[in-house]
Amino acid sequence: MKVTRREFFKLTGLAALTAAVVGCDWDEDPILSQPLTDAKEVTTICPYCSCGCGAICYVANGKLVSVSGDPDHPINEGALCSKGASLLNLNTVYNFRTHNAEINPNRLTKVLYRAPYSKVWEEKNWRWAMDKIAKRVKETRDASFEAQADGVTVNRTMAIAHLGSAALDNEENYLLAKLMRSLGIVNLDHHARL
Amino acid sequence: MANVVLVDTQKCMACRGCQVACKDWNRLPAGATKFRGNYTNPPTLQAHTWNHVVFTETDKGRWLFASYSCMHCTDAACINVCPVGAVQRTKSGTVWPDGDKCIGCGLCVQHCPFHVPQVSKATNKMGKCTGCAERVSQGLRPACVTTCPNGALLYGERGEMMQLAKDRVDALRRQGFSEASIYGDLEMHGLGRIYVLTEIPSAYGLPETPGYNASAWIWQLARRPLGTLTSIGLFSGLVVGFLRWRGERIQHKDNYSI
Amino acid sequence: MTNHWIDYQHSDVIMAIGVNTAENHPMSMRWIDRARERGAKLISIDPRLTRTAAVADIWLPLRPGTDIALLGGLINYTFTNKLYQREYILNYTNASYILDPSYSFADGVFSGLADDTYNRDTWKYDLDRDGNPRKDLTLENPRCVFQVMKAHYARYDADTVCNIVGCNLQDFQLVAKTFCATGAPDKAGNILYAMGITQSTHGSQNVRGTAVLQLLLGNIGIPGGGVNAQRGEANVQGSTDMAMLFHILPGYLNMPQAMTHPTLADYNAKETPASSYWSNKPKFLVSLLKAWWGKMATGDNEFCYNWIPKLDGKNRSHIAIFESMAKGQIQGMFVWGQNPAVGGPQAELERKALENLDWMVAVDLFETETASFWRRPKVDSETIKTEVFLLPAAASYEKDGSVSNSGRWIQWRHKAVQPPEDAKSDLWIADQLYKAIRYHYSLGGVFPDPILGLNWDYGQGEEEPDIEKVALEINGYETGSLKPLENFTKLADDGSTACGCWIYSGYYNDLEVPPTKRRIREQKGIGIHAEWAFAWPLNRRILYNRCASDPAGKPWNPKTPLIYWEGGEWQLKDVPDFAWKDTPPEKTAQSPFIMLPELQARLFSPGMADGPFPEHYEPAESPVRNALSPQQNNPAITWWQGLGELASKEEFPYIGTTYRVSEHWQSGIMTRNSPWLGEMAPEMFVEISVELGEKLGISNSSQVLVSTRRGEIKAVAYVTRRLKPMMVGNKLVEIVGMPWHWGYRGLFPGDSANVLTPHVGDPNTTIPEYKAFLCNIRRA
Repeated sequence: MKVTRREFFKLTGLAALTAAVVGCDWDEDPILSQPLTDAKEVTTICPYCSCGCGAICYVANGKLVSVSGDPDHPINEGALCSKGASLLNLNTVYNFRTHNAEINPNRLTKVLYRAPYSKVWEEKNWRWAMDKIAKRVKETRDASFEAQADGVTVNRTMAIAHLGSAALDNEENYLLAKLMRSLGIVNLDHHARL
Repeated sequence: MANVVLVDTQKCMACRGCQVACKDWNRLPAGATKFRGNYTNPPTLQAHTWNHVVFTETDKGRWLFASYSCMHCTDAACINVCPVGAVQRTKSGTVWPDGDKCIGCGLCVQHCPFHVPQVSKATNKMGKCTGCAERVSQGLRPACVTTCPNGALLYGERGEMMQLAKDRVDALRRQGFSEASIYGDLEMHGLGRIYVLTEIPSAYGLPETPGYNASAWIWQLARRPLGTLTSIGLFSGLVVGFLRWRGERIQHKDNYSI
Repeated sequence: MTNHWIDYQHSDVIMAIGVNTAENHPMSMRWIDRARERGAKLISIDPRLTRTAAVADIWLPLRPGTDIALLGGLINYTFTNKLYQREYILNYTNASYILDPSYSFADGVFSGLADDTYNRDTWKYDLDRDGNPRKDLTLENPRCVFQVMKAHYARYDADTVCNIVGCNLQDFQLVAKTFCATGAPDKAGNILYAMGITQSTHGSQNVRGTAVLQLLLGNIGIPGGGVNAQRGEANVQGSTDMAMLFHILPGYLNMPQAMTHPTLADYNAKETPASSYWSNKPKFLVSLLKAWWGKMATGDNEFCYNWIPKLDGKNRSHIAIFESMAKGQIQGMFVWGQNPAVGGPQAELERKALENLDWMVAVDLFETETASFWRRPKVDSETIKTEVFLLPAAASYEKDGSVSNSGRWIQWRHKAVQPPEDAKSDLWIADQLYKAIRYHYSLGGVFPDPILGLNWDYGQGEEEPDIEKVALEINGYETGSLKPLENFTKLADDGSTACGCWIYSGYYNDLEVPPTKRRIREQKGIGIHAEWAFAWPLNRRILYNRCASDPAGKPWNPKTPLIYWEGGEWQLKDVPDFAWKDTPPEKTAQSPFIMLPELQARLFSPGMADGPFPEHYEPAESPVRNALSPQQNNPAITWWQGLGELASKEEFPYIGTTYRVSEHWQSGIMTRNSPWLGEMAPEMFVEISVELGEKLGISNSSQVLVSTRRGEIKAVAYVTRRLKPMMVGNKLVEIVGMPWHWGYRGLFPGDSANVLTPHVGDPNTTIPEYKAFLCNIRRA
């Protein structure tokens, strides 16, 4: 049997489903939970390997409640492997003690800063970090900039390196390629090389 | 029993999508595990792990994979032994544990020939595969079947699945798998999970002749005339006194906040 | 990938070599299984019985690093049994070209070697008076590519190959017979490869080996065929296309070199071939410069060509960067979504090199081992000077953007939820970073022009940048009207068009319905799905597709017609990869490879750093001598200072090899922080044979120490029958296999296999040799 995405819609809005119980002595039916109640569907592509499988994020009240294979996607047709099926965990995990959903506690949610010779991370805000990073870039670039080499205009710095990333989107990679080249960075590579 | 899951062990590549998709749909947490010289992990089904893939190496050098979860037996030990009727059969044929009624006595754990039900230490409730009753009642396939990349798990009407299984066994025999067979046709009067195997069942960790202790029927006989309240009264004492939860114990590390 | 995932369903034989497709690209098995339902065979070539090998029809265990020996054996088998597709190679490849008399090969070395570097002057064709290669269409001239190649691979006889590879003769013959049968015109053989092929000191030649074999068998450009590189990350195709690599600009334009390309005119003169589609290169580069520097870029200032930094002729790839960092030559580093402290070769050397940085900016979802190198085990944080900024990034479904899969499909991901707390998209971070840098340079600084002049207007203040503006810039637009370009055929070299990455042109050419966001499935057909998303280039799904039909335009396989001549015109099921318009088949029959100056595929390639034909060499560290020639290693290897001495086989007698498991991804930073995945594969382990376990007294699931000259790690032993000692020559060789996903941070930490791997790489790409090195193992 092939389930289309349309059939998923049928589930939406059902607060609780019941199933008749046969072969037992009880009158009441068990109440079955329905995790996708009122969930909004947003399509995505799996961020792990390069198969490019489609997945659907189910979002309820602004929270991610489930991620499963996109039945309309021609490559995976609703299927996902273990990594694909685990996508929820990048954002949300179930607490072992309470079974409650919570944001993955290991996610970075604040800018962290480690001062020279320090043993700890400190929380910072974005504005502080961006300003400080920009100053470091400028100091290093200005101190190392080569305008000419052997009579040729080279406009480069060898003192800054840039790595990454295949984990970023095309548009993000493009902007970084553009920005880093404009700074004169030539030590630029990423894990496609590994 | 209308619909069953067909597990084609020869197609299974052990990606373990089923194991995780089950957790996603059923909102189950993960626990701490260790690597024990085998890829199977967690090593058994658990109250919070309702599906897992078992990896077995054979003496002949083969590596076998099989996706496990509740077999949804026609003659289900867990239904019959449960003193409080917390294990029930749904209209779609799956064996469904009712957490509200479960008293965590562990009788089902003791009697299941497939070691499926487990009682959670945290909640003192039995947890196991529900057959995704809420999905299948809506015409969807169970989460494990839907996520399977290459048709190692199929779901459909029993007769149709049995025919597919027979065709597949014939094809495998032609390919040289002389031990190819179907598991689940007659076992426990018919399982809700039919396996296509290429080695004898025990090579996959399946009991050759599954069954359960006749004493289980005593509870069943006792339960019916006496009714629920009596059962609870009778058994809660026994449970506290004699029964031990035999499921996988989850060692919970303090720094392990999941 | 020349083809795409769904196309695997049309294969008759699928050979997975250096790829563990069931474990690392599980969805491939969906389409491989479709093929197998029709009777197709799956061959797995891997040192271990992997999950792929376990379900394959044929498993051939191969000693790590000996792929060329095996492929050479298959090439030889193809020649000796005349299984090559003669009409195909005659028309579509350079098989008939006559080689210049100066080309030679002896004792494992090609002509032109001096000081570890090849001078490629002798790797060329014999040209006629007009400068065209001489050909022999009978393929009998002993100096034609076909004959020279046949003689080259005659040395790869089955016995020699099996002795090198460590497999038995029956297995080899079964693989050869099964795969080489796809030389029949209506059969499709498909080669899948991944890092098992590339991570080697002859990795590029491994790839060439697959391509040469596929060309001989007529398997390139046809449905179900191809050389399909299964890439490891969701967007490694896209990040490569966007030139996150030192040697290229977006769209595979070579980075300018100071010595050879001082001016735009020099660049165009030296980089633009007379024939092939690359003759349009000046349009691509000028349009890129217009995209980057907008109105600042004019014909009078070479479109700001000087603002692109020039290379100094030296390697600036991953290994080179860390060698340079180890010498204190690099002060600052950005690292986005990457974790070299776990993923880099000789990881402890790379971690130590990070200590030389004054500052590091790391951007990720979780705390990586790289960002926290200053508090790794056994170091004193208080002695490390580096200032580290660790920025919280948004996950894939917490932002908008496109990714390019292995089949070159550019697919859009929509934002589903907000990133948690202060986490931000990398696009936002890049935008803010630029704005902060621009502010400081607006106050003065060294040569601020390329920074202040950058064409950068994606959003105001601290709002999320308008990704559509970025997408439009990548797609390309008319500089006057700002109208999106239909595709790259509209590009010009006069500044009238801007285009950030020419090969992506067309992916976002309609702001209402951007092709990259399309979700229309094919109803009937062979699985091309032309209206699902967009595939670069030009929405072409199968590359080199002129080869899908014979020179007269008739499909080689009538069951899977792709592009064929019928009723006096071309019938198109895909976007043609040749000049087809109003051109009958005979005129296109000799030019199906439009990106090569010859317009025909290269069985003999003059462009490689290490030889025109793939030749077997031992890995840098190997327990045996090269049985095929006196040349032990690839003679063009760069020996980096950081590598130090190579191991002796007496001290480190076993072959170490690294790989991945289904449940984890790359350096594990995402998957080791996923409870569901970590639960299934919680700890670092190593796999050894039962025989080695017995010999060393190592029992299953006990703790072991694995060491190389680079370092030592602890792991749990998995003593398994899935690894067997191999008979190489007359010596029994053992393999120690290990996944490399673990590191000292995260929910599921463990030792990193890359502490053991060497700082040595391929002469063409500098991809490290992770797959074969010498190690030792003992009980902990």
